[in-house]
Amino acid sequence: MSTQYSAAHSFNKVMEILDRYDRSENKIIPILQAVQEEYRYLPQEVLTFIATSLGVSPARLYGVATFYSHFSLEPKGKHIIKMCDGTACHVRGSSKVIDAIRDRLKLSAKKITTDDMMYTFETVSCLGACGLAPVLVVDDEIHGQITPEQALALIDKIDAEEKENA
Amino acid sequence: MEKYVYINDRPVLWEEEINILELARKAHIDIPTFCYHSDLSVYGACRLCMVEVEGRGLVTSCSTQPFEGMRVKTHTEQVLKLRKTIVEMLLANHDQNCPQCSRATDCKLRDISNRLNIGKVRFRQTREFKSVDLGSDCLVRDPNKCVLCGDCVRFCDEIQSIGAIDFAGRGLEVNVASAYGKSLAQVDCVNCGQCAAVCPTGAIVVKSDIPQAWTAIHDPSKTVVAQIAPAVRVALGEMFGLAANDMTTGKMVAAMKIIGFDQVYDTSFAADLTVVEEANEFIARKSKGGKLPIFTSCCPAWVKFAEQSFPSLLDNLSSCRSPQQMFGAIAKERLPKLLKVDKKDLVVVSIMPCTAKKYECKRPEFTREDGIPDVDIALTTQEIGRMIKEAGIDFESVEPESFDLPMGFATGAGVIFGNSGGVSEAVLRYAADKFNIPVPENIVLQEVRGVSGLREATLADGNLKIAVVHGLRNARELCDKIVAGEAEYDIVEVMACPGGCTGGAGQPIVLTHKQRRDRTTTLYHADRTMPMHRAQDNPFIHELYDELLIEPNSHKAHELLHTAYRHRKRIDDDELSISTGDAKDRCQIRVCVGTSCYLRGSQDILAKTLQLVEENAWGNYFDIAATFCSEKCDKGPNVTVGDKVIHRAELAHIKQLITEEAARRVK
Repeated sequence: MSTQYSAAHSFNKVMEILDRYDRSENKIIPILQAVQEEYRYLPQEVLTFIATSLGVSPARLYGVATFYSHFSLEPKGKHIIKMCDGTACHVRGSSKVIDAIRDRLKLSAKKITTDDMMYTFETVSCLGACGLAPVLVVDDEIHGQITPEQALALIDKIDAEEKENA
Repeated sequence: MEKYVYINDRPVLWEEEINILELARKAHIDIPTFCYHSDLSVYGACRLCMVEVEGRGLVTSCSTQPFEGMRVKTHTEQVLKLRKTIVEMLLANHDQNCPQCSRATDCKLRDISNRLNIGKVRFRQTREFKSVDLGSDCLVRDPNKCVLCGDCVRFCDEIQSIGAIDFAGRGLEVNVASAYGKSLAQVDCVNCGQCAAVCPTGAIVVKSDIPQAWTAIHDPSKTVVAQIAPAVRVALGEMFGLAANDMTTGKMVAAMKIIGFDQVYDTSFAADLTVVEEANEFIARKSKGGKLPIFTSCCPAWVKFAEQSFPSLLDNLSSCRSPQQMFGAIAKERLPKLLKVDKKDLVVVSIMPCTAKKYECKRPEFTREDGIPDVDIALTTQEIGRMIKEAGIDFESVEPESFDLPMGFATGAGVIFGNSGGVSEAVLRYAADKFNIPVPENIVLQEVRGVSGLREATLADGNLKIAVVHGLRNARELCDKIVAGEAEYDIVEVMACPGGCTGGAGQPIVLTHKQRRDRTTTLYHADRTMPMHRAQDNPFIHELYDELLIEPNSHKAHELLHTAYRHRKRIDDDELSISTGDAKDRCQIRVCVGTSCYLRGSQDILAKTLQLVEENAWGNYFDIAATFCSEKCDKGPNVTVGDKVIHRAELAHIKQLITEEAARRVK
């Protein structure tokens, strides 16, 4: 697929998603999930389009999209790293891992995506895997009882792979 | 069998009350609350209305139903402690520059914290400063004063059916915001300002144009004239502690003369003019088979709402400008000669019960070719009240004066414009003879009066069907029916604010329902005490036609008193670019995917269009976008290819057009 038509294909996908969920206001969350999967984030004009299609106000949809940390209104990096900072993970040292990763990727609580759009690093409240605390998720792969050193090693590994593929 | 609930050990008769809070009010206990409004849904957000129920512990009184024999305590040690803590936490995060706040005198947070005897706030600020939205012509939103009660959000959604603002974010970040954190000016806000009217604090307030007004008044080269809308006179007194039923017209005129306005006129005069123009427009449409129903167009919030949401009904809107704008146009046309002043030195200031009038007077069509706007400054009732206070005028003692002639003379028809149903009644009084409507001696047409959100009347032996709505949700429901062909009327009057202009958001903050009722009644009383009740009897309106306009709906009248409407996007970016080319001379393709076009198969046309362009590698020659609504919903699906607009588009035809456009470019 050439990049010229990727927007068109994504848009067709949005239409399909809307149809799949009957254009129903009650299915806002699964619709947004599916659309985010397509674009990797929720572009503003696509959100307005969905709002109009569902007959809800854009402000309401924006409210839903900003309530759940899963949804992003900013484009995300190629690799998504999530560190759990829920109570269990927090008491078992998640802060140190968070600091180490932010330090390494030059990110902060406000700036979560690297300038080269390679990494997005975010903290989440609880992944429901408290037995493995502290928990790190790298591109949907879960890593339990993580230490700062292990976390940095995972990033090194991705860097190396990216270099190889480049 | 009578049922009783015990509040603070005293029996209270439980009748229709749906919650403890209402029952307590009946027992003369005012439980503090931010988020409970009887017109809105029960929300239970602020937690201030906590009471203790025997056997249940602490409950929110707004969202708890009474039961027989229930024992409620409204001020136990625990309850008082809890309320204080809540208010302290709100204060910790509240911008406390109270002396500079326009809601300083009627702020509920200030009032409640005072009532609860809050001294020192024990908590520190946790929320970060958020920027203030100054983009709108009518309203200012300051999130740093927000208590997150959600009153504004619910009013905008439940009563007005717009939802321009909603809660965004979560936890510490939660705030009331427009879509994507944009300014109110960039979204579908219709400027009715009811969010500001229900806000308990200064988080949403009317944008002040007081400095501009003073500048004009203090400029010796300017002649400053004022027009005062009908609804202002029944509410201004409230700001000076005068009972809501005090007719303050004369005092108001006098105070404004003291302030320095050179002439003070009555917008009711222009309302009389509106009656003549609009009634004649209606009679012409009715007799010549024109577009019906005719919708009134006096309310600028309704007009913007229609432009955004009902493009297919825009031809139904009366082409008459609102009385404010009719006044402005006539003033700028006639007064320079009458007052011997240069047109550029004449400043028209309107005093309105309405926030949306600020937006209306800035609409580009109301500024003529010479760059001079018809109305220069629109102030609200609140603002003129504040100017009177600023000038130190003892309003209660000031001796009344009369409006100036010729534009200060009005009939009762022009005055009742301020009430919901007033425009209809005024038009009916004008057209009564034409349609053989029996008019009672007191000239009161009870059929269109009342408080319900939608009122219908059938007159002239079924020949004349009228609907009166207020509140935009009611308007939306009615318009949906009209578009669907499920309802037919001749005249539909729409006012965005509950109660009409008397309930406008530019009026002093309303604290009780009685206040609203008193304003309405007082305005009807004003009509009764006037010498004339029908617009056509106004001698100065006759004079105006004789000297300038010739006859109703004349060419000159159209130039000065009528206008046109256009479809407006809800949000400035509600077009979705799908494919963009890079050739210099590109053809624009727009496919409407709004509801009615979607149902007629526009989605398929769009998909196949994309396919065609992609298969032939014509992508560089076209910019393709999905849009909402190209105004002709009844003729969908609507597709635009280059400068051609195709209604009832068929795939084969569109494909052919695209192929032609491509062929021209491939060469």
